[in-house]
Amino acid sequence: MRNRFDEQLFELNREIIEMGSMCEDAIASASKALSTGDMELAAKVCENGSAIDRMERDIEDRCMKLLLHQQPVARDLRLISAALKMITDMERIGDQAEDIAEIVTFLNGHTMEGMEMIEEMAHETIKMVTASVDAFVKKDIELAKKVIARDDVVDDYFSRVKCGIITLIAENHADGEFALDLLMIAKYLERIGDHATNIAGWVIYSMTGTHKEV
Amino acid sequence: MSNIITVKDMCLWYGDHKALNNVNIDIPEKSITAFIGPSGCGKSTFLKTLNRMNDLIPGVKITGDIRYEAKDIFGRDVDVNNLRKEIGMVFQKPNPFPMSIYDNVAYGPRTHGITNKVQLDEIVEQALRDAAIWDEVKDRLKKNALGMSGGQQQRLCIARALAVQPKILLMDEPTSALDPISTSRIEELVMELKEKYTIVIVTHNMQQAVRVSDYTAFFLLGELVEFGKTDDIFSQPKDKRTEDYITGRFG
Repeated sequence: MRNRFDEQLFELNREIIEMGSMCEDAIASASKALSTGDMELAAKVCENGSAIDRMERDIEDRCMKLLLHQQPVARDLRLISAALKMITDMERIGDQAEDIAEIVTFLNGHTMEGMEMIEEMAHETIKMVTASVDAFVKKDIELAKKVIARDDVVDDYFSRVKCGIITLIAENHADGEFALDLLMIAKYLERIGDHATNIAGWVIYSMTGTHKEV
Repeated sequence: MSNIITVKDMCLWYGDHKALNNVNIDIPEKSITAFIGPSGCGKSTFLKTLNRMNDLIPGVKITGDIRYEAKDIFGRDVDVNNLRKEIGMVFQKPNPFPMSIYDNVAYGPRTHGITNKVQLDEIVEQALRDAAIWDEVKDRLKKNALGMSGGQQQRLCIARALAVQPKILLMDEPTSALDPISTSRIEELVMELKEKYTIVIVTHNMQQAVRVSDYTAFFLLGELVEFGKTDDIFSQPKDKRTEDYITGRFG
């Protein structure tokens, strides 16, 4: 009876999954470029940023059309409104991955020696992004809840990285710029964790109609 | 907010066919309650029971308890005419009487014994104002009502119902025969009327239920499946059958 609508919802689902995986790629590549100093990879992340932006527009258009044509209610309405919110968070993740990659291109051969904690933090953040997208794909409320709980771990990393950077500045006054770059990267990672948390929150909302209290 | 109508364990048969099964519902005063559900689910039957319009259909049997302002509507001391004066009705197709606009509205009050011209004039004007049609008809009150547009006729019928000062207005798909502009005028009107009246509206237009009503009752196969705040019913229904119906998965 509502084949066409179901097809459109399926297509929306597919696009969100695709955008999610583009974000995972972006942050994973940015993090790899950070560890290895791979300038080419960093440049590629910056290029792909616009593809994520375009994807956001496309999904937004699709959601607007669905709202207009189908006047959805209940589960359908929740999915479409959650989609609209989720893609904003995904787009931000893409932007922040791009920002990290851009900083990498300015690092001028500085290595992460002594600052491995940032790599660990990046690793933890990527896991959150992947899990939040997985929770959406599998409609898995428990996994979404785990992502939300995981945000504290990333926040904790941020505090520790900040302390590490303060020590770095104390030990080596000359490299203030590098230290600030590292702080920016850590802050972006922390924000990406927040966006993954939001995505997980919207997964729960689209399935239950309620928000998990944060 | 208190409940103006309370229904307990109500069943209704048309001969051998059980059309309503064990309906329990409380209708809050001065609010808009929408009845939704597929054709033949019993929502119109239930609506008509509330002012005993079903009494007129042969073979109808009703059990259970229906109270209007705490009084049994089937009680021996109940005057049905009086009950229908308090609980008015507007139908799907506008059905003005073939007489002047004025006489249409004055018809009810006259039957209830009001003959004073000044008093009638006041009642007619107030009812037409309440039905948001006064400005359109004030200069042609003596014209035949059948010359009006469909939307105007429906508002006239609402004015006619209001003229006997009811407390509840039952509306059976009042906009299904109207164009979008007339529909939105009636919807606006209904929302204004809830200041003074309790409105119960049967509608097949899901978006209309969302737009105008405070509470929604979903009927299916003679059963009241779910009743609750409209925003809740349309954002997170509790019963899967409600969800399936409002999202168009059946019906």
